[in-house]
Amino acid sequence: MTEQKERELYFWLRLIREFEDRVSTLDRQGKIQGGVYSGKGQEAVVVGVCHALRSDDWIFPLHRDLGAFLVKGADPNRLMAQIFGRRDGFSKGKDSFLHGGDFSNCIFGATSMLGSTLPVAAGTAYKFKIKQEDRVAIAFFGEGASSRGDVHEAMNFAGIYKLPVVFLCENNFYAYSTPNELQFAVEDVASRAVGYGFKGDVCSGNDLNEVMKAARKAIERARTGDGPTFLECKTYRYHGHSEHDRATYRSEEELITWESRDPIERWEVYLEKRKYDIAAIKEEVGEKVKKIVDDAVAFAEASPVPEGPEAMEDLYATPITEG
Amino acid sequence: MPVTYIQAINQAMQEEMARDENVMLLGEDVGILGGAFKASEGLLERFGSERVLDTPISEALIVGAGVGLAIQGMRPILEMQFIDFIACGFDQIVNMAATLRYRHGGQTSCPIVIRGPCGAGVHGGVYHSQNPEAWFFHVPGLKVVAPATAHDAKGLLKAAIRDDDPVIYLEHKFLYRRIKEDLPEGDHVVPIGKAALRKEGRDLTVITYGSPVHAVMKAARDMASEVDIEVIDLRTLLPYDWKTIRESVTKTGKVLIIHEARLTGGIGGEIAARIAGDLFEYLDGPVMRLASKDTHNAFAGPMEEYIIPNQEKVTEAIRKLAAY
Repeated sequence: MTEQKERELYFWLRLIREFEDRVSTLDRQGKIQGGVYSGKGQEAVVVGVCHALRSDDWIFPLHRDLGAFLVKGADPNRLMAQIFGRRDGFSKGKDSFLHGGDFSNCIFGATSMLGSTLPVAAGTAYKFKIKQEDRVAIAFFGEGASSRGDVHEAMNFAGIYKLPVVFLCENNFYAYSTPNELQFAVEDVASRAVGYGFKGDVCSGNDLNEVMKAARKAIERARTGDGPTFLECKTYRYHGHSEHDRATYRSEEELITWESRDPIERWEVYLEKRKYDIAAIKEEVGEKVKKIVDDAVAFAEASPVPEGPEAMEDLYATPITEG
Repeated sequence: MPVTYIQAINQAMQEEMARDENVMLLGEDVGILGGAFKASEGLLERFGSERVLDTPISEALIVGAGVGLAIQGMRPILEMQFIDFIACGFDQIVNMAATLRYRHGGQTSCPIVIRGPCGAGVHGGVYHSQNPEAWFFHVPGLKVVAPATAHDAKGLLKAAIRDDDPVIYLEHKFLYRRIKEDLPEGDHVVPIGKAALRKEGRDLTVITYGSPVHAVMKAARDMASEVDIEVIDLRTLLPYDWKTIRESVTKTGKVLIIHEARLTGGIGGEIAARIAGDLFEYLDGPVMRLASKDTHNAFAGPMEEYIIPNQEKVTEAIRKLAAY
């Protein structure tokens, strides 16, 4: 890996952390209405996967994958406007947080029915296959969503047609409050891949090098016609399910253990081992990401609040006219 | 040569698939078998297995994959083997397809058609007789059509395939092989949102759609000497053609709404309320409704007849309204 790329990856990790921390702060200050779902602690997963993609590959992120939007190319200003419910957001104020995708960057909006985007990703991958486009679809989902029927239906279908799709499971050990032992009876969710006729792989979602290695393999497999991969990244969210959730269902010790595996600190250690001037990099990147996020907040705050009647727009492509 | 209702559906799919290589069909047994009712007979042979896809038994996948294809520029037709099974794909329809354009602020559209056999009268029992239009009538972002003739079966399906919004296309299985007619030559499209005035009349208006259209037309003929009935076949349920309804009701002053779907929570209630609210001063009698009874679609013959609005009940309801 080139030094430039290693630094770039660091920039993305830090930008996501800065962005999400700021969103959490704004939420606490009452400046954001509606749910906020922090992916703090999980940054290496979205960076490792999305950085390995081409701009014309499609991603189907989760409600917690704000970082995936950024790495895939979404404008931070518009993303912040989206979170603020402003007219410049991807939803133009019609839905919250990550429910508005950015089609110009091949990003599909998340839903609240977790796992429901997997059949959509499979359909997109089917189109890539029959039109002989060497593009890939990445379907993100949590270990909790893996219990849903949509996930099974999508994987079964993708297995039959060897579709160019990666099923990317972010296993952060809790579905809202429900721990894995109450969600499924297997150790690794990816072990289910065998039942769909494709490869399952497990990696540490907090180790960017591991994620990149596994993601590259899965993406390559999809792009070259070798079919889907079930890639499970074990990780942890530092915050509750949403900012309103104090996560009393887990222990302080557990959180501390995972904080000691912080993906950004790990990457800093890696950069240090490469003999880079980590202090200087930290400072430079820190200033850069702070400015991007400051600008995004300023943009979002200046963006118009939609008018009430705009709620009736964008329902139909061919609008219904009354006689 | 006269064409049956189901042949009209087959023709519409064939013509659209020949016209546009992005039109395709997904569903259970639609390929090798040609569909449980043979609606897609010959499509696999003509268009190949990439475009005519036998899916696993996965209704959520069928709809969800349809959305995934639609956002990539394809125009998938998604078959529910029986429309009753649409419940298994409900979330993908109401929370995914219907919201797609809206929650993306107009960045995308969702050109999918979900079609399947609905309706009673064939001893289908609880899971092969349902009329689910009211479930979807309540969902903004969807369109719902229900043809009653071979002419409309073909023309509305072609319009639905070309429409950029998600369309639920309800084909009544009782009509599949019971009706036939000569169809217009050439590119025959029936616009979504336009009702058909099946018969002009002065005394009262019957608003209906789907299978009961035929019972109503028979009643209009049989009762011609006692009452002059105007018959509106809605054809499109969402958006329904208010202009045609308004013009007719302001003329006749009496209205009866008939559908085979059950009464409570049915589309008839919404239309009745609109008429009562907007056209009150034109009315010469109560807005009446005739629909299936509020129970499941019973299997045994006498029970099914008891439930559905058959010829006898249609005649009786018309007579009752005419007496006002």
